[in-house]
Amino acid sequence: MNQQSQIDTDRAERVEKLQGMGCKRKRVEDIRFTQGKGNYVDDVKLPGMLFGDFVRSPHAHARIVSIDVSRAKALPGVVAVLTAADLKPLGLHYMPTLAGDVQAVLAEEKVLFQNQEVAFVIAEDRYIASDATELVDVVYEALPCIVDPFKSMEPDAPILREDIKDKMTGAHGPRKHPNHIFEWQIGDQKGTDEVFAKADVTIKEMFVDHRTHPSPLETCQCVASMDKIKGELTLWGTFQAPHVIRTVVSLISGLPEHKIHVIAPDIGGGFGNKVGAYSGYVCSVVGSIVLGVPVKWVEDRMENLSTTSFARDYHMTTELAATKDGKILAMRVHVLADHGAFDACADPSKWPAGFMNICTGSYDIPVAHLTVDGVYTNKASGGVAYRCSFRVTEAVFAIERAVEVLAHKLGMDAAELRIKNFIKPEQFPYQAALGWEYDSGDYPTAMKKAMEAVAYKELRQEQATKREAFHRGETREIMGIGISFFTEIVGAGPSKNCDILGVAMFDSAEIRIHPTGSIIARMGTKSQGQGHETTYAQIIATELGIPADDIMIEEGNTDTAPYGLGTYGSRSTPVAGAAIAVASRKIKAKAQMIAAHMLEVHEGDLEWEVDRFRVKGLPEKFKTMKEIAWSAYHSPPPNLEAGLEAVNYYEPPNMTYPFGAYFCVMDIDVDTGVAKTRRFYALDDCGTRINPMIIEGQVHGGLTEAFACAMGQEIRYDEMGNVMGASFMDFFLPTAVETPKWETDYTVTPSPHHPIGAKGVGESPHVGGVPCFSNAVNDAYAFLGAGNVQMPHHPWRLWELGESLGLYK
Amino acid sequence: MPKKQITLTVNGKTIEALVEPRTLLIHFIREHLNLTGAHIGCDTGHCGACTVDMDDMSVKSCMTFAIQADGTNITTIEGVANPDGTLSALQEGFRMMHGLQCGYCTPGMILRAQRLLQENPIPTEEEIRYGIAGNLCRCTGYVNIVKAIQYAAAKINGTSFPEAAE
Repeated sequence: MNQQSQIDTDRAERVEKLQGMGCKRKRVEDIRFTQGKGNYVDDVKLPGMLFGDFVRSPHAHARIVSIDVSRAKALPGVVAVLTAADLKPLGLHYMPTLAGDVQAVLAEEKVLFQNQEVAFVIAEDRYIASDATELVDVVYEALPCIVDPFKSMEPDAPILREDIKDKMTGAHGPRKHPNHIFEWQIGDQKGTDEVFAKADVTIKEMFVDHRTHPSPLETCQCVASMDKIKGELTLWGTFQAPHVIRTVVSLISGLPEHKIHVIAPDIGGGFGNKVGAYSGYVCSVVGSIVLGVPVKWVEDRMENLSTTSFARDYHMTTELAATKDGKILAMRVHVLADHGAFDACADPSKWPAGFMNICTGSYDIPVAHLTVDGVYTNKASGGVAYRCSFRVTEAVFAIERAVEVLAHKLGMDAAELRIKNFIKPEQFPYQAALGWEYDSGDYPTAMKKAMEAVAYKELRQEQATKREAFHRGETREIMGIGISFFTEIVGAGPSKNCDILGVAMFDSAEIRIHPTGSIIARMGTKSQGQGHETTYAQIIATELGIPADDIMIEEGNTDTAPYGLGTYGSRSTPVAGAAIAVASRKIKAKAQMIAAHMLEVHEGDLEWEVDRFRVKGLPEKFKTMKEIAWSAYHSPPPNLEAGLEAVNYYEPPNMTYPFGAYFCVMDIDVDTGVAKTRRFYALDDCGTRINPMIIEGQVHGGLTEAFACAMGQEIRYDEMGNVMGASFMDFFLPTAVETPKWETDYTVTPSPHHPIGAKGVGESPHVGGVPCFSNAVNDAYAFLGAGNVQMPHHPWRLWELGESLGLYK
Repeated sequence: MPKKQITLTVNGKTIEALVEPRTLLIHFIREHLNLTGAHIGCDTGHCGACTVDMDDMSVKSCMTFAIQADGTNITTIEGVANPDGTLSALQEGFRMMHGLQCGYCTPGMILRAQRLLQENPIPTEEEIRYGIAGNLCRCTGYVNIVKAIQYAAAKINGTSFPEAAE
């Protein structure tokens, strides 16, 4: 072996030992999770701990005539029963929402949705607490309710929110009706209208992104423990954003923030459900403060599906104007947003409809106008981002369905129409009509790779053949080809436009190298299954040359972790991942000074190589990061303080814009409405790839949730406001049997402004997947004249569609 | 409520306890025995996060009263690792093939898979998918769970599983 190849081998071995960025590092978390040694909230058990449970409203809209808790209090084992009357003197019967509204913690005079919290029973065990909820006597006087958001603003509609009925200006401007929350407008209305008036071709359809729920396998839960002697509250909870929860608890309880210890331990999935603050948290905290003992609250599944937030419920009237040959000239969208009884959307404060204005998608659309009207209805409040950045699934659904409709009208191929309108690689950074500056992208390359992978042309030929066979009566199976080319906007976000309750949406990392060269890093985010303990360590490993196995990542404890805004909206990698790279580089800069001192050379004479600084031109003269770490504590250079650590609060200069090309091939039996996904191909471009194994896992999971949403999952209400199917008996969560097999692929277009070029990936498959499935179904039925088929596409609805198309005559 | 005496074996240890007749097995295991690996996900028997092995059958412990476990032999996730403390073939398979993310369904999933491989040591992919249909996972999309079980089956049977090398 010659000298050079030996150096290369040595180098490759050292790189491999780091387990840094780009490798399929096995997860650190799995050691405990596979042995049942995870530590989730319901595993927390404290001496003297009591259990809370809610009395909930059976009505969607009713006046509370009286609440009698005496029978419940008399039950042995019951310690306390809280009602709004108990919370009101403390000013806690309402709590602020993230959207600038207030939300009832316990209903005072009225209930506004079924299963709304009315009283909180605290007892010695969860069985007794549950028994006692049935002994609280509440007399209701039922009121007419609003279930259909299109009826919310009718002149004679019942007024839902009497607490704010005279307040005709809300958090986001004037309200047009007592049941109106906000109107949000963006874009060029006049310019858009002018283009539409003159356009060759226009389309207009309403796409309903129906109400559903993130439904992580672990429900929302907490344990509140007040130490009355020290005046300190410890709150364990299923919090995607523990630091924000601490700030909120401080603001509403009056306890100083430093005397509140919020701990988010292992979390059993979040998907947006665990961003907000819920009545259970407030009541547990109040219970513990009043009683001086720990109080645990654990939602059951029905409570989870019917009360702690929902997702979607956007009714999007979408219009495109185009030339005859398929160049899109303008887009106009009006959204009717059903926010339920309280506006508890989890969006950055200035964005009442999230980032819905990403709805121009991957296309170069010169002018656009978007209006969103939010309204109250008698349904659960929320509007969380279910595995997506804020309202991005909705936005992508609108544009990706709309281009399909336009293609159909023009008689153009849907892939060809997309390619024709793509933002071109040379147009980046691209200023979109509705305000965003897309950082980077190469859409044609991704689309070409995807079309070749699925043999798109051949699929269309096969489809044509099958359609002819269907017409001849030779088959009852139809074939749909679904396409989605999505662009996400994630990594909220720059402080100029993103804050939560006034706190800018930075995120943070604090890295400390110990004398022996191992590392602890603490983060402002909080994993709920994304594998942060594994992947953050990979970033540090590559940046600092310390093996990932020697790096411990900690999150979720507000006492020790730096303040961060948490994990949702695919922001961990774009924001905290950047913080960790920047903090690493601060350490590296100091390490270089120490290395120069150790080697008795000028700093500028050193170069970094894998895990060491070496003298330029003299590779045998080097100091490894491990040696440097020891020196930092043992004999730091004069005038340099000891130690080797850094903190970074990263302010992202822009969002990141992951994108992807998805194709779905579906076969549907028109007589049963059963749709089988024959093939699903997902190409994602999330920029620099930190751990391909974890990326693939994220894509699989996101696609499965997209499949669920598109093909069956729904939170429905009957006309009385009864929530239908709030259990896993009825709420569709696919098993291993129904779930399609996923094929994944990728291109890499690094983000130009992110320190390591990464963009985030956890939510892309969901965002891109939902329209892809829906487009497949719509495409399958298009030749039968089906028009716009709304989700969810479960067999019963597809059978009904077949019936309406006269397929069973 | 009057309590009833039960005697059962959990992970090889004999347990005697007094329980209320209405106490669910999952609460007994988690709160009386402090074995918190099995989880509660749905309360209706659909999700399988609470799956344990009872007398050589997969049982959803949220659908079973503790008194029904009287006289039985139960294995929970805490009793799955090899006697020397190393990960069992299935535990290793789940880690190697990235068959878990949040970890909440994993204990139930592994217990179910362990029983499946007892019932059918060389399952096809379809048999695995049907075999774990009583256990929901919200994170993985199942592809890698299936591979994890294939990995374990191959390891137990001494056959090869090429994807394990990736």
